Amino acid sequence: MRFSRRRFGTLVAATAGTAALGSALGACSTPPVTRDTPLRMLAVNHVWTQAIRKLLPEFEERIGRKVSVSMLTADQLASSYNVKLNASATDIDVMMVRALQEQGLFAHNGWLADLTPRIQGDPDFAWDDVQPAPREASTVAGKVLSVPVVTERSVLYYRKDLGPPPSTLDELRERALQLTDRQKGFFGFVGRGQRSGAVTQWSSFLYSLGGDFVTDGRSRIGSPEAIAAYQYYGELLGKAGPPGATNMSLEQAMPIFAQAKAAFYVDADAIYSNFLDPKVSIVQDTVGFAPFPAGPAGSRPYNIPSWSVGINRFSRLQDDAWQFVRWASSRETVEKIQAAGIPGARTSVWADDKSLATFPAELAASMRVNAENGVGHDRPKVLQVGRARDIIGRPLVAGILGQDVPPVARDADAELTDFLVRDNRHQGI
Amino acid sequence: MQSHSVDRSHRRLRWMMLAPALAFVGLMIVFPLLFTIDLSLTDAFGAVNAGAEHVGLQNYGDALSDGRRFWPAVWRTVYFTVGAVVLETVLGLALAMLMRRAFRGIRWVRTVLIVPLLATPVAIGILWLLILDPTNGIANQLLKSVGIAPLEFLGSVSQSLPTLMVIDVWQWTPMMTLLLLAGLSTLPEEPEEAATVDGANAWQRFRHVVLPMLGPTIATALVLRSVDALKTFDILYATKGPGGGSAFEAETLNVLAYGLTFDYQEYALASAVLVLFTLFIIGVVLVLRRYAGRGAA
Repeated sequence: MRFSRRRFGTLVAATAGTAALGSALGACSTPPVTRDTPLRMLAVNHVWTQAIRKLLPEFEERIGRKVSVSMLTADQLASSYNVKLNASATDIDVMMVRALQEQGLFAHNGWLADLTPRIQGDPDFAWDDVQPAPREASTVAGKVLSVPVVTERSVLYYRKDLGPPPSTLDELRERALQLTDRQKGFFGFVGRGQRSGAVTQWSSFLYSLGGDFVTDGRSRIGSPEAIAAYQYYGELLGKAGPPGATNMSLEQAMPIFAQAKAAFYVDADAIYSNFLDPKVSIVQDTVGFAPFPAGPAGSRPYNIPSWSVGINRFSRLQDDAWQFVRWASSRETVEKIQAAGIPGARTSVWADDKSLATFPAELAASMRVNAENGVGHDRPKVLQVGRARDIIGRPLVAGILGQDVPPVARDADAELTDFLVRDNRHQGI
Repeated sequence: MQSHSVDRSHRRLRWMMLAPALAFVGLMIVFPLLFTIDLSLTDAFGAVNAGAEHVGLQNYGDALSDGRRFWPAVWRTVYFTVGAVVLETVLGLALAMLMRRAFRGIRWVRTVLIVPLLATPVAIGILWLLILDPTNGIANQLLKSVGIAPLEFLGSVSQSLPTLMVIDVWQWTPMMTLLLLAGLSTLPEEPEEAATVDGANAWQRFRHVVLPMLGPTIATALVLRSVDALKTFDILYATKGPGGGSAFEAETLNVLAYGLTFDYQEYALASAVLVLFTLFIIGVVLVLRRYAGRGAA
């Protein structure tokens, strides 16, 4: 009896030990790379990703390896990188990143491979052909860490049946206020109003009114220009916009214009196809596209690389990952994707009228004008972009809610100044 | 001698049988907790694996002196939990009393009652976002049809947290009802019958007979639901997004810790907030258990 019990105990312990060891080893060991190992890409759920997936067979045939693409929302993607790369995960090879949002932090963490030697050693890749602002945004401390694949500018969406588009910010405000009829559920203007989400769209108003987020390393959100921009946008969205505007991001604002409940809408040009899709829009015949209206400093919309592709530094398929990045951002691929209505970053493709033929003529013209006048960032260039946006967005929300903006802007300015000291310390400046 | 050896063998066997469960608890609960405490004493930022220096209790000092985000988040956590749990308890008790005696269609009512419990919180969040959308939502259309001015609900800074409390009440009142119904079914009938004979009316029987006897069940339900409500995250994040909305109006401690981790990558500060939050929850449980003990006595 004693013997059998001991044996039973030993058996249980051995089983538990083996199971624990097995699962521990299973978690730690990584299978060797073979020709069957797919090249794994983590990407945002975006029209670009859907377009590139359709083109994948030609690339897979060329490198003799399957490509597996996982699509997530932007927030999920950022969280996923945080979790996986904190554990030095090797199961991501190609990373879709926002050069102006996460790239700086990822560079600080050492999560993105340096592409400079590959780009410099590959004249056929024609890095100089990439637009200057996106090219600059892809470079951190002299190292190229990503290659831009989607660019966007802010554009004014307007209703052609309600008259011509306003050419100045004053005219936009005046007409938006005139057209607003809240009793009938019609609004003169709609736009993003969430504290952090609205900052990027607000940036075009800020630049056109002569301001910026940070200049020479110092906060500028308490400047008279920034306060004017906060007050302008607050009045526009607060008085001419729909109720609950401070809870509105792209997902809430866009359907209001698409359902013909607003006269003007300022957002990225990359989302234009939503208004032409009869499944979600009833304004496909009446929507118009105009360059961003001019303020005292002129028409200065943002013109940014919204999405780029880079390589995970822990990837074990670095060469194939580079082949993917090179192919996905090559002139030929960008030409095909831009012709499908997704604006890329290649100058030569933009110069070719054929690549813009699929865009509505008015939108193509507006995109060209906005690209010429554009500013290369839509958020401050700092390490902790999320925290900075939360600070910058506070006076914006105060403006929309009809509160007194200057004291909130001064308080946010002081907070951003403190933040910049810490952020610079993290950057080693 | 032989008996001593058998005892030792029994002890060894006991530990061996417990070993897998202990290993699981150690790996999944103790290690993460100790790791979080250790992280909270460092200056970890950006990447956890980048190497960090120990800075003592600095993060705790930073959190406790943060009047802009931390203390308002503490207040919102308490406000949301107390408001939701009190309403859920009152409504749950009322429904449980109604359903105590069988009536025609009780099975159907019970089935309908547990539907909110079956849905995932994110799905519930999206559903309510659509219903309560200030411009296109059905709630305002209904209000308009009866001549009431439309509300902003989740789009409003001041209405967001009460609206979220109502959603929480909608989702979790059924659980309270089921718990209290289970408690009611175990109560002896004699005391109530005696009170009836003595001429007590329905309210008096409920107030002086049923409620005291149901005390321990209510206390247990309160502890369970309060801990759960304190930790609410998914419904808040699904409806209000990062930071609990534009004016941080729904930012509870959980939402704050998530934002510090995933939006700001301030792992050390986030860990300090989480350790403080854990201590806070332990404190709440101890207080509730103490009161529950008194109530039961």
